[in-house]
Amino acid sequence: MSRDNLAFVRSHMLPEAPPPVAETGAVKWLRENLFSSVGNTLLTLVSAYVVVRILFGVAPWFFNGIWDSPSLSACREMLDGRTGACFAVLTERWNQLLFGFKYPPDLYWRPTLAFVLLFVAAAPVLFMKYLPRQMLIFTGLYPFIAFWLIWGGSIMVPIFALLGVLLGAFVYWRTLTISAGVAVLAGIVAALVFWWASRLVTAPLGDVLALQPVVSRDLGGFMVNMLLGVVCVSLSLPFGIMLALGRQSRMPIIKWICVVFIEFIRGVPLITLLFVANVVLAYFLPPGTTFDLILRVIIMITMFSSAYIAEVIRGGLAALPRGQYEAADSLGLDYAQSMQLIILPQALKISIPGIVNVAVGLFKDTTLVSIISMFDIVGMIRGPILASTEWNGVYWELFGFACLLFFIVCYGISQYSQWLERELRTDHR
Amino acid sequence: MTTISDPPKASFQLSMLIYDTRFRSYTFQFIALILLMLLIGYLGANLMKNLSDQGQNISFRFLQDPSGYDINQRPIEYDSQSTHLRASIVGVLNTLIVAFLGCLTATVFGVVAGVLRLSPNWLVRKLMAVYVEAFRNVPVLIWILIIFTVMTAVMPAPNAFRGENATSSMLFDAVAFTNRGVYVPSPVWGSGSMVVVLTFLASIIGMFYYRRYATKLLYDTGKLLPMGWPSLVILFVPSILMYFVMGQPISLDYPELRGFNFQGGLHIRGSLIALWFALAIYTGAFIAENVRAGIQAVSKGQTEAAASLGLRPNRIMNLVILPQALRVIIPPLISQYLNLTKNSSLAIAVGYMDVTGTLGGITLNQTGRAIECVLLLMLFYLTISLSISAVMNVYNNSIKLKER
Repeated sequence: MSRDNLAFVRSHMLPEAPPPVAETGAVKWLRENLFSSVGNTLLTLVSAYVVVRILFGVAPWFFNGIWDSPSLSACREMLDGRTGACFAVLTERWNQLLFGFKYPPDLYWRPTLAFVLLFVAAAPVLFMKYLPRQMLIFTGLYPFIAFWLIWGGSIMVPIFALLGVLLGAFVYWRTLTISAGVAVLAGIVAALVFWWASRLVTAPLGDVLALQPVVSRDLGGFMVNMLLGVVCVSLSLPFGIMLALGRQSRMPIIKWICVVFIEFIRGVPLITLLFVANVVLAYFLPPGTTFDLILRVIIMITMFSSAYIAEVIRGGLAALPRGQYEAADSLGLDYAQSMQLIILPQALKISIPGIVNVAVGLFKDTTLVSIISMFDIVGMIRGPILASTEWNGVYWELFGFACLLFFIVCYGISQYSQWLERELRTDHR
Repeated sequence: MTTISDPPKASFQLSMLIYDTRFRSYTFQFIALILLMLLIGYLGANLMKNLSDQGQNISFRFLQDPSGYDINQRPIEYDSQSTHLRASIVGVLNTLIVAFLGCLTATVFGVVAGVLRLSPNWLVRKLMAVYVEAFRNVPVLIWILIIFTVMTAVMPAPNAFRGENATSSMLFDAVAFTNRGVYVPSPVWGSGSMVVVLTFLASIIGMFYYRRYATKLLYDTGKLLPMGWPSLVILFVPSILMYFVMGQPISLDYPELRGFNFQGGLHIRGSLIALWFALAIYTGAFIAENVRAGIQAVSKGQTEAAASLGLRPNRIMNLVILPQALRVIIPPLISQYLNLTKNSSLAIAVGYMDVTGTLGGITLNQTGRAIECVLLLMLFYLTISLSISAVMNVYNNSIKLKER
């Protein structure tokens, strides 16, 4: 074959050409992600239209917003016919939205401090790996500090409550060698006895380091939602674990008590349990006892969420391979040890997403207390603020603000749980 | 260490109740039982004491008394002279209505959003993510209140529809959105309409039989009958024919502005719409996540295996992906339905008269029979939840993968 009867032979390299425009950069991305087919293009156009319509509707409303005005009518005058929000309601009623309308204004620093300390207390639990273990001591002390800050009164009450817990823990630890059940019972009994006895001491020491007391009725606003959410979730975790273990127990009576409790609570809406707290619970207490509505609500919501958390944890326990239980038994660990060292750490890790879902759901459900006429943030908006002559008719700013607060907290929690799942992943995939 | 052939000689000692693992469980159960009894006894004694102090007793006779209040949405005959029992039944029906409507709509929203979240279209994917996150992270009570505010404060009053230069107009001259609710045309059942309805029901059954026959034919002989358009023909043609044969017995009653308000047609109150849509959108966001998880749970190998067998994409979806995805989707879907039903008790916040509003609201306040009312209310919800979970368990067992 000679060179002449070949049609064409390239004798030099072509210069490098850039890739076709349609195959690189933004154009490629657009083609692949937005305009890959006729249907897709239509979808893109429709959704772009929706987005633009929403943006053009909301943007002037938001940017024309008035942040400083004494009332809605003054606000409308300032807007002078333009569309615009009246965010002044938020600045003017800021304290009411956060603390309720009866909390003494000169004491706002106390719940605020409790809120800030909450982060300090929660941090070592949330970021176990990155913070020193010693900080957990503060976490342990936090409930008592927060109680003292929010409700005020003598510091003796939280101190003796703390001492009772410590005594209970000590008794639990000393009797643990007998058996876990005995130890739990003994610890609880010891703490109860101590608390009962300590009333004799706290009464005369009523004004040692006393902060101005605030009654529960005066709590309100978003503070109530945070309070109920934090208290009930943290209380319901241990109860939920106990219920889940009880439901798995081989002792039929204990098992059936737990099953009935869990199924009953999960079968009824939270609102009926709140009705119980509001109107029925008083019938079941000794005549003449009155205790706070907020305490009754905490009890009912805790029962509610423990049942849900118990189911989540039961799922985690069931997902563990049988071999883990058998391995713990063959190491000679007793029930408490095998649960504490082998089973629960793994089961709880599996249950994290579920527990977080329950916690987020519970936090959202704290708004239901507005129906039994407690003034949480929804109660504040629907009651004192929308009913006032100044702000009657400002809906979107208020509801939007409430949505924003809940969104920040709930979205934050769910993002944290996803991070934690990645962090705890041990399968190195 | 003792063995079975060498049983312990020691006779029973009291300390064995705590230290011996064989007896310890009995001790605990006994203690738990005693504590439970004590608790129940204590609460019961308090209850008796409180009731006798206030001169009350537990009795359900109040259910037979006239209720003395009106309910604005009545699926059955009811007036203020009817009994509390009838008021509760109206409430139960209203709960079931909103729960049914809500579940239906939530499923539509959820499936659409869940599928679109997996769409190749970036914008649609992000929009759906925003929808899901926005609705899942804000309390449903706030959504109910927001939609209720839209229904009552933003919608025009009926008189905005009046006159030459009306500021509002009816949609297709048939649907009016007002601040008193939505008015839609309602069907009027003339004589002979029963025949049309029966024909329609019969064609639904007929359609199922056709589809089953076609599937059987396909599996037995490999002969492929068309499925889509014959189903539609069987579903609609006989009913439409019958409709004209019977002389158009079913007509629509259009709402009309008369006096200060709309008359005629079907009046759907703002409270129902607020509750219905808020529950549907909120639960839809959760269902969307379940649907997405379900579809993603089917491994890609399944699609590829089906494709290598030569199946076409829609058959892959119908025969391979969906049956497996549904196994994952349906259990959480049912529990979302349950949640929606329980959340419908928030009706009380917007004045929709469901069972919580009648039995747990006005009846409770009027008669003061808190314990009885709350007990009945809980029993109602408990019955619904337990029966749905029973159905769920049967379903779960029927679809469980038969392994080993």
